[in-house]
Amino acid sequence: MSGRRVAITGIGVTAPGGVGTKAFWDLLSHGRTATRAISTFDASGFRSRVAAEIDFDPEQSGLSPQQVRRMDRAAQLAVVSAREAVSDSGLEFVDLDPHRTGVTIGSAVGATMGLDQEYRVVSDGGRLELVDHRYATKHLYDHFVPSSFSAEVAWAVGAEGPVSVVSTGCTSGIDSVGHAVELIREGTADVVVAGATDAPISPITLACFDAIKATTPRDDDPATASRPFDRSRNGFVLGEGAAVFVLEELGAALRRGAHVYAEVAGYASRCNAFHMTGLRPDGAEMAEAIRVALDEARVDPTDVDYVNAHGSGTKQNDRHETAAFKRALGEHARRTPVSSIKSMVGHSLGAIGSIEIAASALAMEYGVVPPTANLRTPDPECDLDYVPITAREHRTDTVLSVGSGFGGFQSAIVLARPDRRTP
Amino acid sequence: MTTGVTTSAKPKVVVTGIGAAAPNGVGTHDYWSATRVGRNAIGRVTRFDPTPYPARLAGEITGFTAADHLPSRLLPQTDRMTRIALAAADWALTDAKADPASFDAYEMGVITASSSGGFEFGQNELRKLWSMGSQHVSAYQSFAWFYAVNSGQISIRNGMKGPSGVVVSDQAGGLDALAQARRQIRKGTPLILSGSIDAPICPWGWVAQLAGGRLSTVEDPERAFVPFDPDAAGHVPGEGGAILVMEDAERAVERGARAYGELAGYGATFDPAPGSGREPGLRRAAELAMADAGVAADEVDVVFADAAGVPELDRVEAEVITGLFGPRGVPVTAPKTMIGRLCSGAAPLDVATALLAIEEGLIPPTTNTSPDPGLGLDLVLHQPRPASVRTALVLARGHGGFNSAVVVRGTD
Amino acid sequence: MPEQRFTVDDLTRILTEGAGADETVDLSGDILDTDFEELGYESLALLETCGLIEREYGITLDDDTVTEHRTPRAMVEAVNARLSATV
Repeated sequence: MSGRRVAITGIGVTAPGGVGTKAFWDLLSHGRTATRAISTFDASGFRSRVAAEIDFDPEQSGLSPQQVRRMDRAAQLAVVSAREAVSDSGLEFVDLDPHRTGVTIGSAVGATMGLDQEYRVVSDGGRLELVDHRYATKHLYDHFVPSSFSAEVAWAVGAEGPVSVVSTGCTSGIDSVGHAVELIREGTADVVVAGATDAPISPITLACFDAIKATTPRDDDPATASRPFDRSRNGFVLGEGAAVFVLEELGAALRRGAHVYAEVAGYASRCNAFHMTGLRPDGAEMAEAIRVALDEARVDPTDVDYVNAHGSGTKQNDRHETAAFKRALGEHARRTPVSSIKSMVGHSLGAIGSIEIAASALAMEYGVVPPTANLRTPDPECDLDYVPITAREHRTDTVLSVGSGFGGFQSAIVLARPDRRTP
Repeated sequence: MTTGVTTSAKPKVVVTGIGAAAPNGVGTHDYWSATRVGRNAIGRVTRFDPTPYPARLAGEITGFTAADHLPSRLLPQTDRMTRIALAAADWALTDAKADPASFDAYEMGVITASSSGGFEFGQNELRKLWSMGSQHVSAYQSFAWFYAVNSGQISIRNGMKGPSGVVVSDQAGGLDALAQARRQIRKGTPLILSGSIDAPICPWGWVAQLAGGRLSTVEDPERAFVPFDPDAAGHVPGEGGAILVMEDAERAVERGARAYGELAGYGATFDPAPGSGREPGLRRAAELAMADAGVAADEVDVVFADAAGVPELDRVEAEVITGLFGPRGVPVTAPKTMIGRLCSGAAPLDVATALLAIEEGLIPPTTNTSPDPGLGLDLVLHQPRPASVRTALVLARGHGGFNSAVVVRGTD
Repeated sequence: MPEQRFTVDDLTRILTEGAGADETVDLSGDILDTDFEELGYESLALLETCGLIEREYGITLDDDTVTEHRTPRAMVEAVNARLSATV
């Protein structure tokens, strides 16, 4: 099975700013931000009260009342995105061998929202230490173990091959796609519906990020609260969303005349083995992940046309990441546009890696690099070309997208045109 | 054109170290000593008062004092499952005589499975949130409960910077993690710590597991979890699992390591959507694993069953086993009857047990069950069975339709 | 106000409760001017500690308390300054 290559032939995105890939790209290419004051619950007691929420009505997006009842919001976002990806791919899933079709879904925090709400009820507002099972929803087990997310997607698309959830914190969305690529390359599956989802905008998540001061307290100006690479950045903005792809063996995709957005040409993940939340400023492990991913893609660092950054907007991340780009790409880092869409759609934890892969594929598709919104005061420590404020027309044949997360995980993925010349 | 190019088989991946933690024994030696003779460890829940709940039995780990194994700095920031996992990782490395300092940091990775993360840690913080307010939530809640925490903490403690990961597919995930470790070793990382430890025995985890509808409400510890028995009425949950050192076989030989055996085959499938009426995927998973290992049915010396303890699921599994091996065609065992089902920790522990069975030439028994003879299984009951065991098939299923199978084979 | 005074003993008690103690460090020794990093406490441990101090003493510490106050002496002074401000 050596020599098998993997193509993205379908994209589905449910992200802040609008449901569907079209609305997502419209937001990015116009440099609009979807960050706002939290509206879904009373967040007045929290330090950080801004988030990137989706105006999402699951029934309007095609889910049945029973699906809505049994699924956590994160599962709903995943299934809606998977359906869009399948439809976009033009692939008739009913004609596929279900045994050769897989699903990988990334998620950092699973059914946090459902668990938070359920705990409140079974504990009667935190009063009962011995929580009362008689008040638990029948579907609590599906919140307990988030593999229910990939099960829901598998049922939605009729997959019966390898099915799993990948949960490596905030790199889950890259690692899930990377895992799917491995499954197709090695011949375990021919088609994998792969992506990631998270819906973490919930009191327990806000509380723990407040405690480590990772989220921005810029509550008076929600629209510009997420400021990656800007000197005034002071934390990330929590987001939610999902992006799911149809990945196919490239040869089969070309034979059926599929539209190929990009080849997933290289992927690697490394650990910093340093700290659960902290980053060393040198970016060495992320640079190593980038180096290995480019190597696997047989792409020279100077061939990278665009870097889709993790760019969370915390002090330490943006400095760490800038160092990693310089270390991995050398002088070319200074000549390459780098941008963070978290400035617009926030940081949806495990989902964002896949949402950023979607942005990267669309950047190739439209020849437009999305901007880093809200970047108005350069930081001397972040001195690359971050495409401030306005999207830029820029032909992109090769994209590098990276992620970094709690636990020390550092991941890199390379998208490229399948007809590129390789050395 | 291809002169000089040999199509070599995929590199072998072996297990060189085992760190086991189970209700009937903490540490590989104690676990195996108890398991080989069928020592039960199911009892009434002691970690909280189970009186209000319809299910009151569990397999709890006793005699594990985290402070004896871990620096005090780690304790406030770790859930019970992470503490046990860190200790088990240490034991596995010691068993393998693998000193992380003697490897390049990028030559070692950590790939674990998880079911529900650090659920007890999460419970305690949720309680603070809702009873006292958001300012009372710990800074450690930002990672201590999440699914990736064991891989992250193990990699930090041991300085492992190579490919790492976390998979979640309920109980089947434990095998999926081992397979992912093998995949990364074959791609060039010489050593991966893999496996899983789970420990969600707390009121909140109990209520969540009750909602799954598969917990046994039988009061008698010897009759509560009796897979393949006509009286099967669900399972008893437990805590623990195993962390394994997995290595590229050639590299292991080079450094003089002893190998318990090889992870020779793996397959994973997903059941058809509910209501389709089509055959579940467990048989296909077993067939894929056996084909991957290149073993025929008559080469399999023992099957470690998933042993759901739910009549319909037991019937499906018995049909798979008799379908592949014939009626009473292969010894079958389910040591998890002694300790309960350990979420994602169960299957890595079964793999460890299979390797220990191969090493000693002894199949550990299934306890408590009086199987329905109509199922046609040769279940190893009550007493251990001496046997020349070279190849074992381990089955695992997860809630929702996940099926995974692994073939382990002793090294010659 | 004197009965509210926050001492280095209070700090080590809360540090140990919230973040444990490095086995190689003697917290009962003269640590007032030792950098927290050398005492085995990184920023996460200090954030947890600050949270515990805030709750026990009913005060709010500045966001940059952890980065600005690198020794027990500086931290104790910062807490006492906040305690006197609230009396």
